[in-house]
Amino acid sequence: MPAVTVKGMRIDDTFAEAFGMRATALIITADSARWARQAAIIMTGMATSVIGCGCEAGIDRELTSKQTPDGRPGIRVLLFAVSTAELQKQVQTRVGQCVLTSPSSACYSGLEGEESLRLGDGLRYFGDGWQISKRVGAKHFWRIPVMDGEFVCEASAGLTKKAVGGGNLLVIGRTAQTTRAAAEAAAAAIAKVPDVIAPFPGGIVRSGSKVGSKYKGVSASTNDAYCPTLRGAVKTALDHDAGSVLEIVIDGLTSDAVAAAMRAGIAAIVKLGPKRGATRISAGNYGGKLGPHHYYLRKLLP
Amino acid sequence: MTRLTLTLRQRPSQRLDLSPLVPHLLAGKSARQIERIELQTTRHRAAVGEVFRLRMGDAEQICIEGSCERLDYVGREMAGGELLVDGDVGIQAGRLMTGGRLTVLGNAGPWAASGMKSGVLQIAGTAGDRLAGPLPGEISGMRGGIAVVRGNAGERAGDRMRRGTIIIEGAAGPYAGARMIAGTLIVSGGAGPLPGFLLKRGTIVLGSGCGALSPTFVDCGVHQLLANRYMAAMIEHYSKSAARLMRRPLRRLAGDMAVLGKGEIFLGNGTDV
Repeated sequence: MPAVTVKGMRIDDTFAEAFGMRATALIITADSARWARQAAIIMTGMATSVIGCGCEAGIDRELTSKQTPDGRPGIRVLLFAVSTAELQKQVQTRVGQCVLTSPSSACYSGLEGEESLRLGDGLRYFGDGWQISKRVGAKHFWRIPVMDGEFVCEASAGLTKKAVGGGNLLVIGRTAQTTRAAAEAAAAAIAKVPDVIAPFPGGIVRSGSKVGSKYKGVSASTNDAYCPTLRGAVKTALDHDAGSVLEIVIDGLTSDAVAAAMRAGIAAIVKLGPKRGATRISAGNYGGKLGPHHYYLRKLLP
Repeated sequence: MTRLTLTLRQRPSQRLDLSPLVPHLLAGKSARQIERIELQTTRHRAAVGEVFRLRMGDAEQICIEGSCERLDYVGREMAGGELLVDGDVGIQAGRLMTGGRLTVLGNAGPWAASGMKSGVLQIAGTAGDRLAGPLPGEISGMRGGIAVVRGNAGERAGDRMRRGTIIIEGAAGPYAGARMIAGTLIVSGGAGPLPGFLLKRGTIVLGSGCGALSPTFVDCGVHQLLANRYMAAMIEHYSKSAARLMRRPLRRLAGDMAVLGKGEIFLGNGTDV
């Protein structure tokens, strides 16, 4: 594959192929940053891939008490799904099971979207008739009595149809340790970019997949072209010095946000250098025919 | 752009209907057309030009100077823009407002903000009886928007209110928030007897307590609720004292159990009982 070399790092002349998604942002607040984080972590748990989880979700950023609607510490989380109906279902279930249940929590819309999802409008029924609707100006929220007081929840949350899922970087290195160091540096840089999440564990996925399988009914299977232990046995995409590959998958509220995150990730990997980190950066695509969003690595160089 | 100013020449000899003098009805009219608008409520003709001295300007911003309590229906069905009244107004100021900002620097008569739907009404002085309430035969009073009274309000403030927010920085008369269907009524000062009489839903906040309270309100203890703090942040812009009150620990009384009982009265005093 043709490539450019930046500071001793080989960067493939290829592109990441990404898809349009539906997304929303929620702000979760609590009496302390600890409890806001607790609710946010659990409500974005088991949300790595739409294939098996229904949605992809993660923490966008922490908010100070000055940045939240109710003046308490908070967390902004992002949720992505393939359809509005699925996103609605995921928001309802996750907020209902993980935020409503978390001590002192409250939940607000974190996005001004062209359309909206039901938030408190669905959860209010938990109040069994004791729920109270409040509307001040354009804001509409529900007060649901719970055992530690009241759960305050905005009636609806903004929805965007311009979100992008599946932006990615393939981080290739000599050993598992150096490759992981490079991927960690990239994940840390991407975490600082607003309006994006990297939904996999710590922002990193080690089991990249290809479409299809030799087994009937299995829609995705291991990406053998990037498995170092199969380097000699399959049509590999790896060089003779590649010992480990990690992938970073990025979902963003806008295409620009995904591009900014990929740029930040590449810069962090290049900065770490080939000695301590990765030796090569690539990206995953399906030939460009499946996803409408293409992110060429050569346009995102530091 | 300068605002359109109407200065009262002298105290009118009859009550006047000022409902035609709102921004959306004056938009695009010439000075001559405006001066010909009739305001009389008796058989004696009283045109704008006879009653007021008109200084033309942008009708989006109207100022009425030297107003007195004989000017009724000021800002009725106002849909947008700004209307500033320097002086007192008569009955039904801001009735059925659907938008914009109406500011009265003096006192307002009865039924101010009656049936208001949206927008902002501010009264620097006092408000008469039945603030935001319905006229006889109407099912609901205020339906949205925000009404702020810096002084006291008369009887039955917020009567049959359905939605919206009323803030009274002074004291309220008897039966404050009577028959409320929903919405929020905040009274920083004291309230007369029987607040929330037949309250179905909605919130009444009484900063300095009230006269006799109906026994059909039941004590739910003292709480410092997040929802009230959140409301405080939203009304801070309109009233600092009301926002301060909402952030305090308040005693919650649920009622009126004589009817639906899904409403609440928050008391700012007696929280140590």
